[in-house]
Amino acid sequence: MADPILRLSGVSTDIAQYHILHGLDLEVPEGGVTMLLGRNGVGKTTTLRTVMGLWRARAGTITFEGRDITALPTPDIARAGIAYVPEDMGIFTDLTVEENMTLAAVSGPVDPDRLDWIFATFPPLRTFWRSAAGNLSGGQKQMLAIARAMAEERRLYLIDEPTKGLAPAIIATMAAALRALKAQGASILLVEQNFAVASMLGDSAAVMDDGRVVWAGAMAELAADSALQERLMGLSVERA
Amino acid sequence: MSAAPDHTPTMAARGLGERLAPWLPVLLVPALCLAGWLAIPSGSSWLTLTVSGLAMGMMIFIMASGLTLIFGLMDVINFGHGAFVSVGAFCGISVLLALGGWAGAPSLMLNLLAVLLAVCAAMLATGLMGWVFERVIVRPVYGAHLKQILVTMGGLIITEQLILAIWGPDAIFFSRPETLKGAITFAGAALEKYRLLAVAFGLILFLAMRGVLRTTRIGLIVRAGVENGEMVEALGYRLRRVFIGVFVAGSALAGLGGVMWGLYQEVITAHMGGETLVLVFIVVIIGGLGSVEGCFIGALMVGLMQNYVAFLEPKLALVSNIALMVAVLMWRPQGMVPVVKAK
Amino acid sequence: MSLGALISGDRPRSRLLAAALIAILIGLALAPFLFPGTRSVDTAARVCVFIVLVASYDLMLGYGGIVSFAHTMFFGMGAYGVALASVHLGRGFDALALGSLAGALAAALLAALIGLFSLRVRAIFFAMITLAVASAVAVLVSQLSALTGGEDGLSYRIPRALTAAAKYADGKVLGVRINGKLVNYYLVFTVSLILFMVLLRIVNSPFGRVLQAIRENDFRAEAIGYRVVAYRTAATCLSAVAAALAGATYAIWLRYVGPATTLNFEIMVDILLMVVIGGMGTMYGAVIGATLFVVAQNYLQTLLAAAGAALAPVPALPLLFNPDRWLLWLGVLFVLSVYFFPTGIVGRLRQRQ
Repeated sequence: MADPILRLSGVSTDIAQYHILHGLDLEVPEGGVTMLLGRNGVGKTTTLRTVMGLWRARAGTITFEGRDITALPTPDIARAGIAYVPEDMGIFTDLTVEENMTLAAVSGPVDPDRLDWIFATFPPLRTFWRSAAGNLSGGQKQMLAIARAMAEERRLYLIDEPTKGLAPAIIATMAAALRALKAQGASILLVEQNFAVASMLGDSAAVMDDGRVVWAGAMAELAADSALQERLMGLSVERA
Repeated sequence: MSAAPDHTPTMAARGLGERLAPWLPVLLVPALCLAGWLAIPSGSSWLTLTVSGLAMGMMIFIMASGLTLIFGLMDVINFGHGAFVSVGAFCGISVLLALGGWAGAPSLMLNLLAVLLAVCAAMLATGLMGWVFERVIVRPVYGAHLKQILVTMGGLIITEQLILAIWGPDAIFFSRPETLKGAITFAGAALEKYRLLAVAFGLILFLAMRGVLRTTRIGLIVRAGVENGEMVEALGYRLRRVFIGVFVAGSALAGLGGVMWGLYQEVITAHMGGETLVLVFIVVIIGGLGSVEGCFIGALMVGLMQNYVAFLEPKLALVSNIALMVAVLMWRPQGMVPVVKAK
Repeated sequence: MSLGALISGDRPRSRLLAAALIAILIGLALAPFLFPGTRSVDTAARVCVFIVLVASYDLMLGYGGIVSFAHTMFFGMGAYGVALASVHLGRGFDALALGSLAGALAAALLAALIGLFSLRVRAIFFAMITLAVASAVAVLVSQLSALTGGEDGLSYRIPRALTAAAKYADGKVLGVRINGKLVNYYLVFTVSLILFMVLLRIVNSPFGRVLQAIRENDFRAEAIGYRVVAYRTAATCLSAVAAALAGATYAIWLRYVGPATTLNFEIMVDILLMVVIGGMGTMYGAVIGATLFVVAQNYLQTLLAAAGAALAPVPALPLLFNPDRWLLWLGVLFVLSVYFFPTGIVGRLRQRQ
């Protein structure tokens, strides 16, 4: 098997006096969608934030494409080729949709072909191109958040619960966008509470509990074994 | 790839009141002018006071704009901001006095050249000082408000004392360059030339600042950073560097404000920074910390209020601005133009 | 009543600190006998008043975690309360009591108002708003000269029983005249001691502990269910009342109030310095800081003058060592203390244990 694009080994992260991650090991294979699953509060968001350097690992190493990024400043991690979509979407509500997209393209103006592709994926963004992002609906904001990550080619996407609270039609749009990203060769690490979406999109999966990865394997294997799901994630998994 | 499913996008319909709400603060400035007109018996006095109020407001805006952005971007509250005002005024006016020949000549060109050089000297000095201030005073206490307030206040005291040591303990009186003296008469009111110039210059500066913030990438980064600095970094921008740039620019603007204030008062003292800091704080609080537009509106209101009340009841000028602040905070606790904060 | 109860169980936790505190207590209690002379008794009275003033400030800064620049305003309100009452009601103990109470009440009301306005938004508003309000009040006091005497301040008469004119015994005891001035000193000393013990009581009460929890993490304290704004506003009010009473005491001692003795921003800087040098968040820090500072202040300007004279041959340096520039050195000292010495003398002494 090829080297994973992202590898976390023995990562521990504290937030104030709380130990959130305890020696987490995680590998994200190149070119696929890896689902990061687990109950609320087991450290999924912390894992993504630690990779981005928004919280600092107290111990352990994080390597991206073979390079140690554990101690890099957040902007350098981003420029190494990682896009991050936080759970709260991180939309700049005071800026227009256009301005949000302009900022997302770090190295220059957004490529017109890419923009057409983004518009085709998320038509509302074209409609509201010059409106303040704060006036978008929840689903539209989520589209913008993903679109921002797509503004430039990135090697790895860290996406935190993109379908949370969205209507089924918009969830389908999101799923289509993520598949399109994957088709372009990008790798995705996706935190997802909606198990149906997870089993539809995921190639591999890692299940977390109490700050560690307790199970890792093929998503299909997990999806097929309801006893395993029950054991790993209890009853809190939403079943669509 | 599959086509996007049917999705009819609609903007939430907004009522008239909701649409008008963002513009309410802007309307407060003419409202205050009107209140002044009603309270002041003579129309020509009112016009004179309005112009000087606007001029004062513009100058306070120039001083305050940096402070509000510095706070918005990095959550740093700089009590030493007043120091830049004093240093700017002393450096600038020293240059102006040294160029006495140009400033005293009845030639507009030479006068403006002298003022321009004075302004450049002041902004250079305060910009440099801002860079040092950020490194030495602010950086070690980054993220700790309590220490930040104490240490930057210490910085203000030290700077004031250094000015007293260098320029001596006495206030420096001087007169404006020849062609900026005097007044023009309009509708029976005497309007000082310098004040008109200050209003025009302040307005141009505000529009330019707004332009930079709205159209350039760096402006977008600043505006986005005020709302959610973490996300700006996660997109790949080094916000720290932008912050240092804003700190230096804000300090230089405070220095510019100091020169303009000095020219307005025709006297400079080491304590002028500390004194104007009070007005600057009132302005950024009522404007909404982090908002340049709010700062602009707030500054004009404070300038007008100060001048109207000083005419009607001189002793209550500063108190009236405190009352204005209380009134605004009762209406909008986060200031007139509240800044969205992600955290 | 045990000693532990008197100091509300707040032990010095350092032998050296305990020794210093006892020495200060004895020194102040016996000041008129140990250090006779007008100037030294004046200094002792000033030390007493400033201990209370600084301790009350520490209740806000060190325990509550909020910075105020209006503490001299509250101090001044107590002082002007006594002055105005004495001027308008005539000399008498009733005027002193009424003036002190009125000053304290006004301070409490204003503190509550400022607190409710600024603290409900963000704690840093408080620092900015207190600065604005304090300067407005200072300007107002200097301009309303008909009422306040303006920059000249007010002189007034206090009851004869508290002045040197009242003789209580013939001759001298231990070389000191037993007169009204001595009684006045002990009034200052007793009031200050009581106020200090009340403040000590407050910070060691459950209220004080909640306040410290808020200082550590206001977010969490709010989440646990404490009403952060209410606690902080209450701390501000208590602090303002204590400062006003200290001001009233000082006004009784001086028989004069003016901007220079109460409202001046330089006094605010002094208070900040005393708190930081003594140690934020410990009442004993206020005792150490105020004592050291007030005593040093009497001699610092002399010292600077000597330094200035010694450095006269070197260009530029005498400017910096001019006695008028002592605030410069205080500023430098202040900044350095906040960086390198944030727990102050008391913190250092306790660390050594």
